[in-house]
Order: sequence, then C-alpha cells, then structure tokens
Amino acid sequence: MTSVQLEVLLQTIISGIFLGGLYALLAIGMTLIMGVMKIINLAHGELMMVGMYIAYALFSFFKIDPYIAVFIAAPVLFGLGVLLQKFLINPVMKVDSILPENQVILTVGIGMVLANLATIFFSSDYRSTPVTYATKAWYISDFWKDSPLELSISLPWSVSFFFAILITAVLWFFLTKTDLGKSIRATAQDNDAALLMGVNVMRMRMLTFGLGSSLVGAAGCLFLPIYYLFPDIGGQFTLIAFVITILGGLGSTVGAILGGLVLGVFESLTATYVGMGWAPVGRFIIFIAVLIFIPGGIVSLFKK
Amino acid sequence: MFYGDVQVVWDVSFSVGRGEIAALIGANGAGKSTILKTISGIVKPAGGKIIFDGKEIQHIEPYELIETGLAHVPEARRLFVEMTAEENLDMGSLKGNAKKMRADSKAMVFELFPRLKERRNQLAGTLSGGEQQMLAIGRGLMSKPTLIMFDEPSLGLAPILVRDIFAVIKKVRAEGTTVLIVEQNVKQTLAIADRAYVLATGKLVMEGTGASLLDDEHVKTAYLGV
Ligand SMILES: Nc1ncnc2c1ncn2[C@@H]1O[C@H](COP(=O)(O)OP(=O)(O)OP(=O)(O)O)[C@@H](O)[C@H]1O
Ligand SMILES: [Mg+2]
Repeated sequence: MTSVQLEVLLQTIISGIFLGGLYALLAIGMTLIMGVMKIINLAHGELMMVGMYIAYALFSFFKIDPYIAVFIAAPVLFGLGVLLQKFLINPVMKVDSILPENQVILTVGIGMVLANLATIFFSSDYRSTPVTYATKAWYISDFWKDSPLELSISLPWSVSFFFAILITAVLWFFLTKTDLGKSIRATAQDNDAALLMGVNVMRMRMLTFGLGSSLVGAAGCLFLPIYYLFPDIGGQFTLIAFVITILGGLGSTVGAILGGLVLGVFESLTATYVGMGWAPVGRFIIFIAVLIFIPGGIVSLFKK
Repeated sequence: MFYGDVQVVWDVSFSVGRGEIAALIGANGAGKSTILKTISGIVKPAGGKIIFDGKEIQHIEPYELIETGLAHVPEARRLFVEMTAEENLDMGSLKGNAKKMRADSKAMVFELFPRLKERRNQLAGTLSGGEQQMLAIGRGLMSKPTLIMFDEPSLGLAPILVRDIFAVIKKVRAEGTTVLIVEQNVKQTLAIADRAYVLATGKLVMEGTGASLLDDEHVKTAYLGV
C-alpha cells in the first residue's frame, strides 16, 4: 500500500467515525423510545428535520450559529415529543384495535404531517446554512511538521462529533447516576415492577419520548452545517436510525453507539471505494446481514 | 377481579392484623397472585374495597401505593435484570423517607443478605436464582414498608435456601413489619403463619390460624399430600 492509499483509507475511516458519532446520537433517541414504549418511532427522522429547520430559521433570521441552536432546538423538541406522546400516542396505546402495531403506524402519520408542515412553511427548496467555517479544516501538518502522512479533519465535522460525544456522555450520566434516569431504564426493563417501585410509568413514557426527540433534534442541529436541508430529509434518517437500532440490538444504548459507529465507517468506506451513491445500498446489505447472522445485534456478541 | 372479561376471583374478603404473618395458600391458578396484584393496584378490581391502615386504597394510583407503606415482592422476582444488584436496591427506595434512609436501608439489607453485598455490582440478571430472590426481598424492604407482600418467595430454591428465606421473613416480622405471604410451600408457611386463608378457584374456602390449618384433614390431603 502506498502512502497515498494509506492516507485515503485513514481519511475514510476518520470521516466514518465522525459520521458514526452523529448516527449514534440519532439512534440513541430511537433506542430509548423503543426500550420504554416498545414501539419503533417512524417519525424519528422527521423530528430531526424539525430540529434542523429550527436551527436553520435561527441562523437565517437571527444569525444564531447551529451549535448554539442546539440549546434552543433540543428543549423545543423535548416539549414537542412530550406533547406528541401525551395527546397522540398515549391515547392510541390504550385502545385495543385490530392492528397490533397501531402506535407505530401513528408515528408514520406524525412524520408525514411534520414533513408537510415543513413544506408549507419553508417550501420544498433545498437549503444550506452558509456558516463561515463550513469548509475550514485542520491538517495534521499544522501540528506535526514532519508527519509522514497528510490527513485533514473538517472543522464542522469535528465540532459536531465533539458535541455528539458530549451529549452522549451527559445522557449516560443521567441514565446511570440519577434516580430519574434509573427509573427510565427500570420502566424499559419491567413496566409492572417499576410501577411497584413507585415509578409513574406514564410520566416516564412522556419523558422518554421528549428525551428521544430532543436528542434527535440536537443531532439535526449538528448535521446542519454539513448537509443540505429539505422537508423530506427525515425519511432517510428514520431508516438510518432504524437500521442502527437493529444493528445494535433493539433497545440497547451501548448497541446504538456501536451500531452508529459501525454504520458510519461502513458507509464511508462504501462511498470511497465503491462510489458516492452506494452508501444506501451498503446500509441495506448491513441491515440484512445483521438480521440473518446476528439477529440479537452487536450487543448480543458481547454476552456469553 | 377480572382479566378482560374473565372473572378469576370472586367475593374474597380477608384481613391481616398489624404485626402478623398472614398466609394465602391454594392450588396453581387459584388466584393468589391476582389478589396481591389487585392490592398493589396492578389489576383493577371490578368492585369492593381494599382498606390499608384505615384508609381505602383501591383508587390510589399503583405508583403512589408504595408511599403508603405497602411493598409487593412479586412472583418470579421481576428484577431489573440489566441493572446491578445495588441499582435494584436503589429502585426500591425512590420515594420520600425511604430515599433519605437509602444508605441505612442498604446496610440493613446487606446485613440480612451478606451475599448481596459481595455481588452488589453484578447485573441482577446474572445472579443465581437464590441471590435473585434475596435481591427481590431486599428491594422490597428498601421502601421501609409497614406491610410487605411476598408472592412465592421460595419458588425454585433448594430446601436449605428455603429455610433461610423463611427465617428472614420471620425476622422481618420481628422487626415490626406486617407480612402477607403467598406460598406453595404449604407446610413451612403454615408453620410460621399466625393466620391463613385457603383459596380454591377464586373463592376463599377456609381460614384459621396457621397451626389449626396444619392439622386440618382437608388441608392435609389437598395441599400437604399426606
Ligand atoms: N393477565 C392475565 N390474563 C388473563 N388471565 C390471567 C392473567 N393472569 C392470570 N390469569 C388467570 O387467572 C387465574 C388466577 O391466576 P393467578 O396468577 O392469580 O394464580 P395463582 O393462584 O397465583 O397461581 P400460581 O400458584 O400458579 O402462581 C389463572 O387461571 C390465570 O390463568
Ligand atoms: Mg401466583
């Protein structure tokens, strides 16, 4: 392998890890909701799209940087998630219907409505957010003069990645060190036992849907300096989150992080060595391979 | 009490005196667990009253019951398997005074079950059956209950461990907590019970002191197999 080929490979893997970090944040939200509510939130990508438009509007009208917008979009999405859970999903959960998965179908409807609202307010044009640092990058040679390899790291990608790690770390602390976080995990593991311990399960569901929405809203803000934005962008991200959730092992947060990284690196490799447009194909190959070969997801490999 | 449209428990009326060990025995499917679940609000009764400490509790939300001093150690343990033993204990003391007393209660549970102290950082799902039962009991005690309900605490345990569990239950009562116990292990249960009720297909068919039922011919043939 020549040093140029090695540079390309390393560069591809680094990009993949950065992408994977954001994917992980996206998927953790879906995983939390999956764990507590036992439903797949098929409006997940659309909630991210809402987060992106909030950041986009804040940037266009008030010149607020997308990274600052995280602190506005995340609470707004939290509220939106709580309301969706309380007034739409909860009532449907209580109804016995012919369709066993009617809440999941409801989330599809929620996703469609959100995408259409975005079209009404922002039209279906492609938007970009012209932040000044969009094309800035760090080069290894800036830090290490005689480096045998030259690698560059995009500034927005690295900042977004850093934010994703920070948010994940705060979330981890919340879920493992606070009573409220433990109550959420307990609800996911055994609903009735949690009730017996005095956990208000209905409130945990609202909280979880809010939390999952705010995480994906934050992910949206982090993607904004990097991606084009349009009302239908959500669908592909719902799919990505879904694939990662399966890849990681349904309901496992650690699995979602690992799954996000694996998918990010895999897509990045596919884009470099097969072709730009092939990433979604790679995604499906992974999806099907996981279903067939490791149906319990990545986490199942670590158990026994 | 009903599951859907199917009634499984009829007109059951019984009481447990303060500081007693009361036992509820009966064949599989008689409705024992259903009664405990109804008391703790997981199953809603179609009618009737549940009075605890002088207050009607059938309308209280299940998640608020623990604050009234009622604890339920459910059938099959129902631990939070992906959490450590210690986190499971934390979950038993989420509310009010129990939360303030968490460290003390934990020390008390570890004294009762030294094994749990050794295994405090192990995931509950990887504990042995006996350890899991100890943890379930410990988790129940963490709320500092005035009444604790055990649903088949000896299920699946080796005889020596069953003896230990019964000893712990006696100790719990000795420290002032009222006990309502559901068991298949009829002989040992009646031996420690002050009062016992026999349930058959959803109806109460007999009641008396533990000792009197232990001598009863019907109980002997039907539940003790002698
Ligand atoms: N969720 C449910 N839905 C429908 N029927 C149920 C449900 N739970 C219990 N039953 C039925 O109610 C009856 C009483 O069940 P319960 O669990 O109270 O019995 P039990 O006396 O505790 O028996 P065991 O000793 O086997 O634990 C049984 O016939 C059971 O099949
Ligand atoms: Mg039972």
